Amino acid sequence: MGTLVEEIFSRRAGREVHAGEILLVDVDYIMSHDNTTPLAIKAFREIGKPIYDKSKIVIHFDHAYPAPNLLAAEAQKKGIDFMKEQNITQFYHQGVCHQVMIEEGYITPGAIVIGADSHSNTYGALGAFGAGLGSTEIGVAWVTGKCWFKVPETIRIELSGVTQPGVFAKDVMIYIAGKMGMDGGTYRSIEFGGSYIDQLPMHERIIFSNMSTEIGAKCGLIAADQTTLDYLATETSARGFYEQVRPVNPRYERVVEIDVTDLAPHVSCHPDVDNAKPLSEVEGLSIDEVYIGTCTNSRYEDIEIVAGILKGKKVNPHTRVIVTPVSAKVYKKAMQNGLIEILMDAGCTVTGTGCGACIGRHGGILAPGERALTTMNRNFIGRMGSPLSEIYLASPASAAAAALTGKITDPRPYLA
Amino acid sequence: MGKAWTFGENMNTDEIIPGRYNITIDPLELARNVFCEVKPEYAPNVKPGDVIVGGQNFGCGSSREHAPIAIKGSQAKCIIAPSYARIFFRNAINIGLPIMECPDAAADITEGDEIDVDLATGQIRNLTNGHSYQANPLPTFVIKIAEAGGIVNFLKNHDIQELMK
Repeated sequence: MGTLVEEIFSRRAGREVHAGEILLVDVDYIMSHDNTTPLAIKAFREIGKPIYDKSKIVIHFDHAYPAPNLLAAEAQKKGIDFMKEQNITQFYHQGVCHQVMIEEGYITPGAIVIGADSHSNTYGALGAFGAGLGSTEIGVAWVTGKCWFKVPETIRIELSGVTQPGVFAKDVMIYIAGKMGMDGGTYRSIEFGGSYIDQLPMHERIIFSNMSTEIGAKCGLIAADQTTLDYLATETSARGFYEQVRPVNPRYERVVEIDVTDLAPHVSCHPDVDNAKPLSEVEGLSIDEVYIGTCTNSRYEDIEIVAGILKGKKVNPHTRVIVTPVSAKVYKKAMQNGLIEILMDAGCTVTGTGCGACIGRHGGILAPGERALTTMNRNFIGRMGSPLSEIYLASPASAAAAALTGKITDPRPYLA
Repeated sequence: MGKAWTFGENMNTDEIIPGRYNITIDPLELARNVFCEVKPEYAPNVKPGDVIVGGQNFGCGSSREHAPIAIKGSQAKCIIAPSYARIFFRNAINIGLPIMECPDAAADITEGDEIDVDLATGQIRNLTNGHSYQANPLPTFVIKIAEAGGIVNFLKNHDIQELMK
């Protein structure tokens, strides 16, 4: 009995647990990537004990892959050597870690998955507990198979209504970030639900769990339903029977009710995610780079929206437009359906999969004085390059509209 | 005893150590660039025993442990803030960087104050203005990890189950 996070932990603990309890639990999978694996290896070596169960370990190279410089290359070589030494075979390098975790079937309702990446919250969209941790704890989990958690209090965000055309989950989530603030969910489980969430497809639900991180949440959960089970069966390698873990007579710390019906497209303005404004308030601001990518918004449906807007047109000649499909699977489907050709003809730079531009590593670094409009989840100062650059966050449709005009532009006229 | 270095609210991991410097995990190398954009005078002037005083939600943003490691590498003695972002909180404990939750101290201490911190009792003294503050007590299992000098050291000599005993 309890909130969704209490239900998940109760099943794992084999008894009813409630918010505030500190538990040591078995985790199903332990995720890390090229940026965070080296420190996990360091912790593992220092502990000096063997791996508990290598079938729980999943490693991705995506943050700076293929290596853009010598230091990254050396770090990745250490990672490869470690995987060879320990015979770790669940290794992926053809997509952004969180998407590949879902596609490869590691994320299922009720699972407990930890990742050395703050956006591991993404897994909550499928009714799994996903939380980001530091590398040292990943090394600890490699040798123990366990992790400690304080069962969090839950804030329920109850979303009702249906969005207007041209308004997407990203716009709703940016609005929520503005309303809640960057620490509005700190240490909390955020449970997203309501009639709006119920009718959303999975690629849109993922936005909420993914960006629950930006309001400080430990996890961002959406109870599994038929949409989840259908998605698992058709879009992922997960096979099996999954219980639809749901909240049962939950006691929430508070409930935030939001009707999405009248929401307009929103933008997170420089330099904080919670600096959320209706797009109309910043319309016309010049844009030097449009980046459509990341674990937030570069799935097939996102690319389809962008291609729909750019088809037969040319992007602004002075705006760099970078499209980074989230995974090889998405890339291939976009290619097979002609979307990549549309993007290339429009003047976009379509890159290999990965996280490079989002973290200012490679493939889209901003110069001083430049301003980007991107589909990312985070716009901290200097994240994409120069500390004198600015980052604005928006939906793929808003990003595509800006690509055409070189300015922040209402996407709705382009979606007709 | 050391000097206070003060920082604002929502100090994020990119501001603590920008992502482009995270290509190394060497604490001293990371420390050379810690806070380089928000307080460039910090890295060249910090002395062992100095104290970081932050605002609420200190360490928000990515899961990168480079952030607490960079601060530990700069030889700051501890962080004092009203609250921490959750991953940063865990990371700091796990790597053995003492962090204290103390809204009173964080609100009252100003840059350059001489601060004396007793990590065991949570007592913080401001020698510049004569004020004292009491930090919130940490859970016992957190103290076990901190006393061992981090979770890695704890696990060298203990089973993980002992954390909860």
